[in-house]
Amino acid sequence: MRKEMIFRLGNTYRDDLTVYGYHFGRGDKSACIIGSMRGNEIQQMYVCSQLVKALKELEERGAFVSGNEVLVIPSVNHFSMNIGKRFWALDNTDINRMFPGYDQGETTQRIAAGIFDVIQHYGCGIQFTSFYMPGDFIPHVRMMETGFQNPSLANLFGLPYVVIRKPRPVDTTTLNYNWQIWDTSAFSVYTSATDHIDEVSARQAVASVLRFLTRMGILRYTSHSGYIATVLHEEDLRNVRSDAAGIYRRLADPGKEVARGEVLARVLDPLEGHVVSEIRSPAAGIVFFAHSHPLVMEGAIVFKIIKRLHE
Amino acid sequence: MVKTVVSVGLPVDERLQIRKRTIEPEGCDGKGKRICIVTGIHGDELEGQYVCYELGRRLKEEIRHLKGTVDIYPALNPLGVDSITRGIPMFDLDMNRIFPGSEEGPVPEYVASRIIRDIEGADLCIDIHASNIFLREIPQVRMSEMTAKGLLPLAGKLNIDYVWIHGAATVLEATLAHSLNTAGVPTLVVEMGVGMRITTEYGDQLVDGIFCVMKELGIWDGDTIIPKKPIISTDGQVGFVNANHCGIFLPHVDHWDSIHQGEVIGEILNPLEGKVEEVLCAPCDGMVFTLREYPIVNSGSLIARVLGGDYH
Repeated sequence: MRKEMIFRLGNTYRDDLTVYGYHFGRGDKSACIIGSMRGNEIQQMYVCSQLVKALKELEERGAFVSGNEVLVIPSVNHFSMNIGKRFWALDNTDINRMFPGYDQGETTQRIAAGIFDVIQHYGCGIQFTSFYMPGDFIPHVRMMETGFQNPSLANLFGLPYVVIRKPRPVDTTTLNYNWQIWDTSAFSVYTSATDHIDEVSARQAVASVLRFLTRMGILRYTSHSGYIATVLHEEDLRNVRSDAAGIYRRLADPGKEVARGEVLARVLDPLEGHVVSEIRSPAAGIVFFAHSHPLVMEGAIVFKIIKRLHE
Repeated sequence: MVKTVVSVGLPVDERLQIRKRTIEPEGCDGKGKRICIVTGIHGDELEGQYVCYELGRRLKEEIRHLKGTVDIYPALNPLGVDSITRGIPMFDLDMNRIFPGSEEGPVPEYVASRIIRDIEGADLCIDIHASNIFLREIPQVRMSEMTAKGLLPLAGKLNIDYVWIHGAATVLEATLAHSLNTAGVPTLVVEMGVGMRITTEYGDQLVDGIFCVMKELGIWDGDTIIPKKPIISTDGQVGFVNANHCGIFLPHVDHWDSIHQGEVIGEILNPLEGKVEEVLCAPCDGMVFTLREYPIVNSGSLIARVLGGDYH
């Protein structure tokens, strides 16, 4: 393992921000794995730290196939993580909306440019990232439909689902989109958590990356075969809304198979405690996403259901 | 008359409501032209609040000259305005990156779609911004090269100092202005002043211009000023000055100053070590139309924008 400083930004009032990369193996730039780019992505950093630990042990055992180099960057924005902010500490901009970056531009554009300069020539790019809505997902691999996406490669992670999303204008400045545009096969991996550690899905995420690297011929490693993924298009997921606002009590977790009409959650009057609404599944299927915050707004998407799919 | 454009229940005994005030002449048959004045997409930008107040006040005083409909939307992001939050509270989202929204989408996108639906059909929309808390801007209209041909004549009537025509960027396709322009509502984006503050002279200047535009559209037949002729960005190149060191920025020039290439715009100081970290100079002869307001800077922080040319 070789630890390298990828990017450094000075600061007047705090220590410098130093972004570290961990290199494993030697040879072609085969795969790059990147963790938290936002200050609340603690699970994403944790998963990458566990990958660094695992890859170090595997490298010491000679498990890397010669001619392959893997780079892991566990954390980019720990400057915000250390003060409990999601976006950049000074101007609240999102580094993951600044790619490919600009080295003469604003601060987060410079950070994005500094990172992208190092990671853009890898064959495969894996990003652990998070969603802006408060909730839990079934662990899955997400790809953007840029015309360069490769769902069959996404299947090699052995996670149960691959989701393909049509990019919208706001997506064109994300790392995933720009990796693909610059010839890297890019995958965003979503685990079940963001601002807390979910040990089960973290272990699953580490295993999925090791499985992927093995199947890509980068590692010699024996692991469970995982799943043959079900490939979904994001627009095929059925949104379930809350028709009332109040205290939210979830009854169905991600991964649960539900029947049409089954009660998925209840909304309670926040002051008097009685049930004001029961949120029922509009279709039989599997819960893919579930709102997790104890409060809910009227009209909020609280579940996404994979229709007509069974365990 | 105050109307609710969209209303969404919040968890505890409150509703998110986006309201507009519709001002019409008595006996209006709804067949006249309509102008929409919107502001407060970014909750930390307050310059438009005064414009909404002052426009409504002047219209009320001389309502007899009003020949169409004026819709005033003071806060498209009311929770953000009230909580000094640039994005939408609870979602950490820039509201001006989710248009045209979706009836079927998450709450912010649903709200965005209702705003678009309410403005659709208007003859003109003016979307008032106030930079951010870091930068001060002279009163200006921004537009993409794609929309410049249609919007420039209207911007020329708005009594602003400057029109910045910028290149198209895919990410900007998610703004309110792009969505409305695409939907056939000519929309001018005004940037002026600085976040979290109100500059009344800029507000008065813009209100004067809004009356000029309304007169041009046939919505107003009262007296108006002769609007300023704005500088157009295509008259010269825009030069950017960014910090390359961190520290505190102290300007040596004033906003709107003419400046020569190499002249000092300001310094970045190190308060702990008592030294100058960086001296920042003008990249070209021209006029400072953007100047750093918030003193703390990181490497990369935008310090100034200079429009090349002679504007004495």
